[in-house]
Amino acid sequence: MKNPEEIFELLKNEFKDIIIGLEKESPTEPIVAIDPMQINKVGLFLRDNDILKFDSLMVLSGVDDANGTKVKDDDGAEMISGGTLSVYYHLHSTNLKHKITLKTTTPRENPQVESVYNIWRTSDWHEREAYDMFGIIFVNHPDLRRILMPYDWEAGYPLRKDYKNPEFYKGMKVPY
Amino acid sequence: MGLLDKEFSDGNIVIARVDDLMNWARLSSIWQLGFGLACCAIEMMATSASHYDFDRFGVIPRNTPRQADAIIISGTVTLKMATRIKRLYEQMPDPKYIISMGSCANCGGPYWEHGYHVLKGIDRVIPVDVYVPGCPPRPEALLEGLLKLQEKIRNESLRKKIS
Amino acid sequence: MALKTETMVLNMGPQHPSTHGVLRLELEIEGELILSVKPHIGYLHRCFEKHAEAMTYPQVIPYTDRLDYLAAMGNNFGYVVAVEKLLGIQIPERVEYIRIIMAELQRIASHLVAIATNGADIGALTPFLYLFRDREYILSLFEMTCGARMLYNYMWIGGVSHDIHPDFVRKTKEFIIHFRPTIVELNNLLTFNKIFIERTANIGILPIDTAINFGASGPVLRGSGLQFDVRKEDPYSIYNRFDFEIPTGKGLVGTVGDCWDRYYVRVLEMEQSLRIIEQAIDNIPGGDVHSAIPKRIKPPKGTVYSRVENPRGELGYFIISDGNLNPFRVKVRAPSFVNLELMGELCKGHLVADVIAILGSLDIVLGEIDR
Repeated sequence: MKNPEEIFELLKNEFKDIIIGLEKESPTEPIVAIDPMQINKVGLFLRDNDILKFDSLMVLSGVDDANGTKVKDDDGAEMISGGTLSVYYHLHSTNLKHKITLKTTTPRENPQVESVYNIWRTSDWHEREAYDMFGIIFVNHPDLRRILMPYDWEAGYPLRKDYKNPEFYKGMKVPY
Repeated sequence: MGLLDKEFSDGNIVIARVDDLMNWARLSSIWQLGFGLACCAIEMMATSASHYDFDRFGVIPRNTPRQADAIIISGTVTLKMATRIKRLYEQMPDPKYIISMGSCANCGGPYWEHGYHVLKGIDRVIPVDVYVPGCPPRPEALLEGLLKLQEKIRNESLRKKIS
Repeated sequence: MALKTETMVLNMGPQHPSTHGVLRLELEIEGELILSVKPHIGYLHRCFEKHAEAMTYPQVIPYTDRLDYLAAMGNNFGYVVAVEKLLGIQIPERVEYIRIIMAELQRIASHLVAIATNGADIGALTPFLYLFRDREYILSLFEMTCGARMLYNYMWIGGVSHDIHPDFVRKTKEFIIHFRPTIVELNNLLTFNKIFIERTANIGILPIDTAINFGASGPVLRGSGLQFDVRKEDPYSIYNRFDFEIPTGKGLVGTVGDCWDRYYVRVLEMEQSLRIIEQAIDNIPGGDVHSAIPKRIKPPKGTVYSRVENPRGELGYFIISDGNLNPFRVKVRAPSFVNLELMGELCKGHLVADVIAILGSLDIVLGEIDR
């Protein structure tokens, strides 16, 4: 069983500059930050290596960091321009009982992250949901389309901090 | 039931108004479309189970809208689902009745403020006869809603319907 | 010259008597054989995560109730454990004991509904009525404590909302004495019934590697033979003080990992929950249940992911806090969301009627899939 610092050392030795760093500011667990377009290689190493054996992805979540500049729109609402969107991966090993958290950050204007569909099949629907709610494009995902909102929803990505509601959808009034 | 406890002096001839007879037949066997959406559906299932029986009022769940008299919308209605509910409503034959069960179907419920995908009340899409409040309503509240619907049917009249 | 054939697309639409809610399954069939199953979800998407960003930490708790509405105590438990980890506060012993008793009673109630609807979909309508009658006992225990039958808002951050009623201990013991023979009756009626075994044995076999790769959890994973329970792996609250076993599927009447195994794991789990309640009900320490509830809940900046064992599997809450009164991001890892992805794998090569049996054994609740 290894703790996150040891796992970070192993990854740093193997992959050198794809691993950006180890963030330790949260009160509970350290997070390993990784380059978004190289996460597939790191994931394969984490799953197949005998010392690590991370065979289960617990959850994959998209987050809107809301760290860009706030810009006023035409009708007075606040839009955010610039800044980043992040994806957090929580991995766990059923044999060796250790856990690790990974994080990738991508710019808000053109968010692209490599998909881990071929490593852990759990990520299939989780990535579709991150696309649906935040607009993050997962490269190499076989079937990236909306999952929770209607397939023809055009009003944007709902969980972003600057999302605005449409007035009508197919003749039905949306606000209260 | 007013018709059956009268004394029949003649043996086997009953004289009643057509309206009363038709309404009595309709309100004693309201067959509902089994349509449970969310948490209120579990309370509806508990109402049909043996503790608070629905069957003693003549209410049976049917599987298809073409054989149902009433539909109990129990649970939150989302925008994605509202188009399908409209289609189900149009497939039901007349006379049909709608019971809106629960706070979400009445007015959007706890999701009224930030729900971008929630339809704030099913009466924006189909006309409702009885509203049952609660989140979720107790089975006794749903039974009272059913009794109110029976009241409404008892006061219907064929003449007014056609005109 | 070969005969030209086509496959047919059959739609089990959002309104269906046996899909446990609003789920749409698109089946591609050739005669009666299934070639592929594509689930379509989102018909109950109620924007929980957007509400969580707009409410304060205690105000989110009623919304978590409505995620998996059949196991509302478990949802509350998971959220409250996550926020308490962020805050780093200590909970009084009395509160811990009460929370565990409520969570285990809720596990029994949820498994009763799962078994009843599983049987009702296949055609056995009698266990539905019998098990709902027994569920009413548990709901009256909950109603005595906090006033609500199904969606409680009971577990608060740092404590619980109401202390238990003076009659609660006596009535729970009466329930335990009443419930043990009910499980025997259920086994006679449904579990070892020849028709039920014909419908569910050797159907929807799930190998262990596929289960772990797809992220399955709960009775779905334990039915394939792996002894994995979050209460023993990652103990939260005071579960490490109680003595209970983890039942797994052994292929008693078929292959390991079929629908019957997943169903039988739920029956055995109900017995284990009774064991935990028996151990806890006599030893509830005294104290005040409201003493540790903070006045203003403003956790420090940070992230936490914590998981609990809900009746349907591993429920996880990923909370990011930025030091304000409202959470910055709350992501719910719902067990049924991950288990439903297995439908495409499990149904290949079976008949249309088996789709219902497999869906019933996966035990999904649309409230937490769509959030």
